[in-house]
Amino acid sequence: MGKPSFVYVTYIRATAEKVWDGITDPAMAAQYWGCHRNVSDWKVGSKWEHERTDQPGVIDIVGKVIESDRPRRLVMTWANPANAADPEKVSRVTIEVEPHKDDAVKLTVTHSELESNSDMLRGISKGWPAVLSALKSFLETGKGTPV
Amino acid sequence: MDKVFRALADPSRRELLDRLYAENGQTLGQLCERLAMTRQAVTKHLVLLEEANLVATVRRGREKLHYLNPVPLNEIAERWIAKFERHRLQALSELKQKLESEDG
Repeated sequence: MGKPSFVYVTYIRATAEKVWDGITDPAMAAQYWGCHRNVSDWKVGSKWEHERTDQPGVIDIVGKVIESDRPRRLVMTWANPANAADPEKVSRVTIEVEPHKDDAVKLTVTHSELESNSDMLRGISKGWPAVLSALKSFLETGKGTPV
Repeated sequence: MDKVFRALADPSRRELLDRLYAENGQTLGQLCERLAMTRQAVTKHLVLLEEANLVATVRRGREKLHYLNPVPLNEIAERWIAKFERHRLQALSELKQKLESEDG
């Protein structure tokens, strides 16, 4: 793996399982991930889809699950469905959940192999920080801030 | 949140964040190269930034790469800016920019 493009870290007062589920469970993601949910069985080799909740059937991002070790580590590829066959335009997301002190976890999202200067790169740099703040807010208070 | 504000209060630390924004994933050596700060000073600032979670580090072999972590900044923006009538502030900001560019 080359040098990561982005690394995002947030500390969340919740269990690792809750954080994992927050990302992988469609019903939970829909509550904070700005009209999107993640659909997959999360087994290695399976596909996953980032689907619009307000426009069912509209898939904004697709990928494949590379590693899946609930609740510690999830690695998947990431691409715009139109570009999924072009290796230059497929990036990789690594999600790591580690215990932090007694009652919190450290969530690290590393996005790598992003094509430099692409729209995807620009979109990601705005998207992830807001999504992670919303996830944190949702798990800690039960309320998602709108993304 | 105190740690974040304190970290941001120093101009040298803000400069470090700007450098990482321009080019993310730099080593300590790369950061020191282009700054008029001693290696010691940069290290000290990076430790504070890391404690405030504004910088995240990734090990690659023997190197440590530093990344700007904007998540806490996003939280501040939501908590202290967004709720104060974003659209009105935006209009004011646009007016200020327009007037300032007409002056110059």
